[in-house]
Amino acid sequence: MERIIRGRVLIPGRAEGTLLVSNEPLSFWGGFDPRSGEIIDRRHPLSGENAAGTILALPAARGSSTTTAVLLEAIRAGTAPAALLTNGPDTFFALASIVADELYGLPIPLIALEPGDFASLQSGDWIGIDENGRLTITKQFESTAPQTPTEITNDQT
Amino acid sequence: MPLSLSASDESIRAGEKGPAARLALSIVTRMAEVFGATELMDITGAHIDSTIYIGEAGLEFAERLASLDARVVVPTTLNVSGLDEHHWQEWAVPTDWAEKAARQMAAYRAMGCVPTWTCAPYQLDVRPQFGQQIAWGESNAIVFANSVLGARTERYPDLLDICCALTGRVPAFGLHLTDNRAGEVLLRLRDVPASLQQDDSFYPVLGHLVGKIAGDRVPVIDGLIVRPNEDQLKALGAAAASSGAVALFHLVGVTPEASTTEHALQGRAPTEKRVIGPDDLRAARRELSTADGEALDLVVLGSPHFSLAEFRRLAPLLAGQRVHPNVQFLVTSSRIMTELARSAGFLATLEAFGGRVTVDTCILASPMLPAGIEHLMSNSAKYAYYAPGMLNARVAFGSLEDCVRSAVEGRIVRDDSLWNA
Repeated sequence: MERIIRGRVLIPGRAEGTLLVSNEPLSFWGGFDPRSGEIIDRRHPLSGENAAGTILALPAARGSSTTTAVLLEAIRAGTAPAALLTNGPDTFFALASIVADELYGLPIPLIALEPGDFASLQSGDWIGIDENGRLTITKQFESTAPQTPTEITNDQT
Repeated sequence: MPLSLSASDESIRAGEKGPAARLALSIVTRMAEVFGATELMDITGAHIDSTIYIGEAGLEFAERLASLDARVVVPTTLNVSGLDEHHWQEWAVPTDWAEKAARQMAAYRAMGCVPTWTCAPYQLDVRPQFGQQIAWGESNAIVFANSVLGARTERYPDLLDICCALTGRVPAFGLHLTDNRAGEVLLRLRDVPASLQQDDSFYPVLGHLVGKIAGDRVPVIDGLIVRPNEDQLKALGAAAASSGAVALFHLVGVTPEASTTEHALQGRAPTEKRVIGPDDLRAARRELSTADGEALDLVVLGSPHFSLAEFRRLAPLLAGQRVHPNVQFLVTSSRIMTELARSAGFLATLEAFGGRVTVDTCILASPMLPAGIEHLMSNSAKYAYYAPGMLNARVAFGSLEDCVRSAVEGRIVRDDSLWNA
């Protein structure tokens, strides 16, 4: 089944990937290994998951302001999430993406969602993101019966 | 509303102040737009967290700015770096890593920043005054500046802090503005005995709990019956900024924007009210420990950096004793606090005990610990919070007295009597 939600575009861009979602904020400093993309905060529900190339949905960054630097390293190293979804705007993630753009021309899309939309996300779903902040979500690991999209879109490739 | 720029901003944008200022302003204005700020404002100082060597990207950013002749335009202090500049060889820091961390230090020094290398810049002689607008990085420094000093900073992430220092400008948003400094979550202490409130270890535990409840909101803590000192407030803030994203707390009757509960809330109703009692505190204290036995390799104090007052309190606890041969005892601090402690004779006591000091950095910012250090003990909630993930270590949280006694006995021992009273 496919559904569409829209968020506020903080950093525009296209991306697609598997959704990794948690309701717990995460400090990338001490919580994310930029060499591997693994989430290493042992108190975090996503501990042990690899976030490289995923669409990572977190309410916000937590704690240390070094989160930005760690995310920038990950973008440079190719271990960053393909895009970030947050519950409202987040300074740390936005900045990493802007600096990655200024330094390397490699911004990662950042979309702020409404709380209700954020709460509807589930790990494992497939998400496509366009420049306008439109998220196309395809449910995974559910019914194998044929599904029809809930909204017909005309700019799918 | 679009972002409006001043004449001086426009001149930076036109490149009249050089390419580094132009790059920095571009980043500041793009961030201002993300946050819906409609103007920029002047700052009187900055504290730069971008100094910690994380990897190639952060180093490239610093060296790019330095190569463009970047110069800070406001007084700017520097946070911890990746190494104790003059003593890193005494530890397990890899040489190639040290070479890069040193390059990053040199790049920030070249921009005209004061090489303070401390995560506790509020312990320096010159510090922000009430009401001043500043751009600070480092979560514990941010929460201290906002809450205890009443200066005004948002949570400046690495890389943006230096851009603000190079332009003297910040987006007018968040905690720079009076409206956003109102308390949102009202936490009332109930049945917490004065004996516990007077103890240093109460504050990191309270902070850990407050951060978990408040998240990124502004908490107001009511019901304190003692007057905490600056080191206790430092511990509270650092803990709340680790377990949560707290950048400002109000402690009724203590912090400058909280003469009363109503003052702290700016006359508004809180979005959440919660009572904090002894059971909540006991649970929070337990959470700070991941160690399950008595094994102990390292006792580490000083996150945030140890103050002169903390050295003064530590010295008599160590006098006449000796650290257990299987345990290392380490204090992380700034050069300036360490020199003051040396002058006062506290360092001699620490050395006679068998303890060591590291300056400029800490065990989380520098790969300094040798292999085999797996069981840590600290009185710092920040060390306790981050060490399990970053150092793959088991941590026991305890009071300063617990830490010293454990270091002497060579095993984790804790006195729970204050917590069970």
